[in-house]
Amino acid sequence: MIVKFLKQLVFLFALLSALGVSFADPTGQDRQSSYVLMSGQTQAMQNDPAQNPATFWVLDGQTLWQTPAGKSNKSCAQCHGQAEQSMKGVAASFPRLVDNKLLNLEAQINQCRTERQQAAPFAHESKDSLSIAAYVATQSKGMPITIVESPALDKHLQAGRQLFEQRMGQLNLSCAQCHAERSGLKLAGNVIPQAHPTGYPIYRLEWQTVGSLERRLRNCMTGVRAEPYMFDSREIVDLELYLMWRARGMLVETPAVRP
Amino acid sequence: MSKTSRTLVTMPATARKDEIIEIRIIVQHDMETGFRHSEQGVRIERDIIREFICTYNGVEVFRADLHPAIAANPMITFTTLATESGTLEFNWKGDNDYASSATSKLTVT
Repeated sequence: MIVKFLKQLVFLFALLSALGVSFADPTGQDRQSSYVLMSGQTQAMQNDPAQNPATFWVLDGQTLWQTPAGKSNKSCAQCHGQAEQSMKGVAASFPRLVDNKLLNLEAQINQCRTERQQAAPFAHESKDSLSIAAYVATQSKGMPITIVESPALDKHLQAGRQLFEQRMGQLNLSCAQCHAERSGLKLAGNVIPQAHPTGYPIYRLEWQTVGSLERRLRNCMTGVRAEPYMFDSREIVDLELYLMWRARGMLVETPAVRP
Repeated sequence: MSKTSRTLVTMPATARKDEIIEIRIIVQHDMETGFRHSEQGVRIERDIIREFICTYNGVEVFRADLHPAIAANPMITFTTLATESGTLEFNWKGDNDYASSATSKLTVT
């Protein structure tokens, strides 16, 4: 009797694996950037800076980098020098703890603006905010995402993981249910990506513009009919941190193009 | 007040005589359709590029009219015949006195 039950159990597992049903979050080498899911044309758009519309934002960011701002009348370049050297790898390690507060790249740039340049902070998703973030993040292109773990960071990571696995909204879905357990399967004709934030800020064809990871996350929350977390809220930055940690070792693609 | 924006041109720098060359141009523009409304319910005025013209040593070789349904940051790809060395000039014109231009040199051997 027990042997028969075990045989049935083994058969069930064999059937599930034969069907390619997987319930685990892909790790290590099994992780993939959603770049591989895109059409050849969209990939070509991302690969060639002369075809990638995000190049315009990167060039605008380069101009901003050299433009003096605020009461200090200092430019980013006056303190940080050449972005190609000083900002290399910086975006790959954000969000980061700064004075015990977890900041993403855009928030760090705004902190620099208000405290050092004594200028007004950039508004969320404004052209200036996205341009300077895209310019800084582009300097990390091709470098592995590196989130350095520490006891202080651990509570944010745990909170982020908890949010990733928590059901939300009227559809009562968690991020993990689609992007971890069902990645690679289809949702309305599209392959569900693994949700690795390798190329932010991205040029999204659907948006017709460049957008941040926060915008993308809020977009997904609206999709499951949940109230999106506010920009710069503790929750959304924790979630960003967890996603970057989950994608650690993967290469930065900024400025990426996504459908 | 006239507005302008960034442009990117991709084309070969040299070509053999009578060779067909591909030119790819992309221009930074929001292409506001004029059909959208703001959160306050006010219609957002149309603001698009209306016209693109390419001239080759002063002779028009390609022209396109652009309309509200065209994507933001529009990319246009077209071909022309390399006849002689010279300059290709690209001009965009649009609503609110928008104007952008770019030039590219071509050497024909």
